[in-house]
Amino acid sequence: MSTHVPAGYKWWTGGKSPYNVSYGKLMMWIFLLSDTFTFGALLISYGTIRVSQNYWPDPNHVFNAFPLMGHANLPLAFVSLMTFILIMSSVTMVLAVHEGHKRNRAGVEKWLLWTILGGSLFLSCQAWEWTHMITGSHSVLIDGKIQEIGATITQNPYGPVVPGMLDSHGHAVTMPGPVGFGGFFFGITGFHGFHVFSGVCLLVLAFFWTRGGRFDRLGHYEMIEKIGLYWHFVDLVWVFVFLCFYLI
Amino acid sequence: MSQHEHDHHTHAAAASPEITFEHEPAPNTKRIWKTFWILLCLTIAELALGLSHYAFDLHGWILLFLKGGMIILSLAKAVYIVSIFMHLGDEIRNMRLTILVPLLLFIWFILAFLWDGVAWRDLRNRYDKAPPTEQVQPHGEQRPGHLN
Repeated sequence: MSTHVPAGYKWWTGGKSPYNVSYGKLMMWIFLLSDTFTFGALLISYGTIRVSQNYWPDPNHVFNAFPLMGHANLPLAFVSLMTFILIMSSVTMVLAVHEGHKRNRAGVEKWLLWTILGGSLFLSCQAWEWTHMITGSHSVLIDGKIQEIGATITQNPYGPVVPGMLDSHGHAVTMPGPVGFGGFFFGITGFHGFHVFSGVCLLVLAFFWTRGGRFDRLGHYEMIEKIGLYWHFVDLVWVFVFLCFYLI
Repeated sequence: MSQHEHDHHTHAAAASPEITFEHEPAPNTKRIWKTFWILLCLTIAELALGLSHYAFDLHGWILLFLKGGMIILSLAKAVYIVSIFMHLGDEIRNMRLTILVPLLLFIWFILAFLWDGVAWRDLRNRYDKAPPTEQVQPHGEQRPGHLN
């Protein structure tokens, strides 16, 4: 194509947007659509490997710990708390967007701070959960010997129980589980956690921009909306991570 | 607020001149909190289903049915988040379809890959032999060219 366009031609101001959204918001949606396929590919590859195995650990037995509760068996309790924190932070985010539409700077600041708190809490929970899984010790029968291992990307202690075998503490001994478990779990929750972390960074930036009066000078709070779209997307991905790793 | 004032406010709040109309600001936060309660109830229902296969020993079709239920509940949560929190439900049809139609690829994507995973398992179960656990024959008695 050798069509000549004047330098600096503004494509997106030639009348009206056929999508009735601004350029920035449309691009955020396109990015989120591509990110949907990235997460989709990760979760579907996990599903493929999982259904190709005869045995896969039951999430109720894997995710049953809670901070400061010792060895109490509390299946899915901690991840329910994490899910609640993320839903709550989505609500505070949409409230920040709402205040932005009313151009109420104090309201935007308040709800952004709550959202930053929610995101940071979620990340802390994830750090605890990872540490617990990696450093946990489970008695596993490897090469005919009982060994104490945690869950990492190269080993999985959550295999089938060896019938009638107990370790020195009287706990059941298991076989090693399918090795793909750790790689997919840490890979996908890690990639999601990275998104949450990026979101928190954007929210902190947005908070200081708001406080500095940037959006009042611009005359609109659309940046809060765009960051809000990203934040809700992170919550949306968690819905499916929660489904695929913790529920099914 | 009179209609004229409302229009003026909406116009002033538009981020860029190409926006024909803004779907916000909503008069209050009622819809946001209603959506929050719906999401919370759906999550509790999911948890109840997830824990029920821990509490009871479920197998076969019942377990599959349960998992299907959890998938439907998750999809319902996704619809509420995208439609209300991300305001896609308030956008014009053009915009909604641009985002939603490409997602149809997931139908093929999920079916094809899970089908492949199941086929892989079946092949492995049929052709992979379990590692030998009983005593193997001494070397002298093995016929050359045979690996067993």
